[in-house]
Amino acid sequence: MKWILVGIIGICNTLGEVLITAGMKRQGEVEKLDPQSLGHMVVRIFRNPLVLGGQAVLAVSFFALLSLLSISNVSFAVPATAISYLLETLLAKLVLKEDVAWRRWAGATLVTCGVALLQW
Amino acid sequence: MKSENPIEVHTTWALTLVVIMTNVLGNLSLSRGMHQVGKIVSASPLDYVRVFANPWTVAGVCILVVWMIIDLALLSRADLSFVMPVTASAYVLIAIAGRFLLHDHISGVRWTGIVVITLGAVLVGETPVRTTKRRPEHLR
Repeated sequence: MKWILVGIIGICNTLGEVLITAGMKRQGEVEKLDPQSLGHMVVRIFRNPLVLGGQAVLAVSFFALLSLLSISNVSFAVPATAISYLLETLLAKLVLKEDVAWRRWAGATLVTCGVALLQW
Repeated sequence: MKSENPIEVHTTWALTLVVIMTNVLGNLSLSRGMHQVGKIVSASPLDYVRVFANPWTVAGVCILVVWMIIDLALLSRADLSFVMPVTASAYVLIAIAGRFLLHDHISGVRWTGIVVITLGAVLVGETPVRTTKRRPEHLR
């Protein structure tokens, strides 16, 4: 059960973050950070299918995480999402067309290994 | 690589730090609440509603709502392949908070993990925050 939940969290995290990033880039940069601008951003999100879809997928991941937290420690549950880092970096390059330099690959690999090491 | 406006980069970095801090506080609070609530692996929505009677869980969820909004603002400005590894430093802070606030034991292997994540986050933190072009105003 534990590992099924980990699988659901990993896949949904990656898919959700990529959809949301694509949607937020399409919507445009939030330039000012006052409450009014952030409120305006949130209102526009309700007409943004990419971000809404991404949030729905992340919601599945969130409830899977709540379940996982109730049957294991936070030190197992939170690091279990580690694999998303490499998957997200790969999809950021292929789908979002980001310039993933060697530092980013190396950094994402180190983070994935480091987060996995935290489980011990 | 396009040149970056230093003021915009500072704003993006400030958002990154807020995302990290709200992630840490939200998860610590949520974890404490869920352990007080006890085990639930259930398809029944009522079991999940019960969770919201716990103040730590409610506080955790509220902080994570702020985290979500600031994270969206951050993703409108920065690359996903920048944001994810850099905000992973939240794991490091959660582990250290667990050690000093909750007196969790941290083994040698876990300390290694903490150092490795920090190195990864620093490495990605040295890349430009954004490598894709801004979408033209008239297409938004």
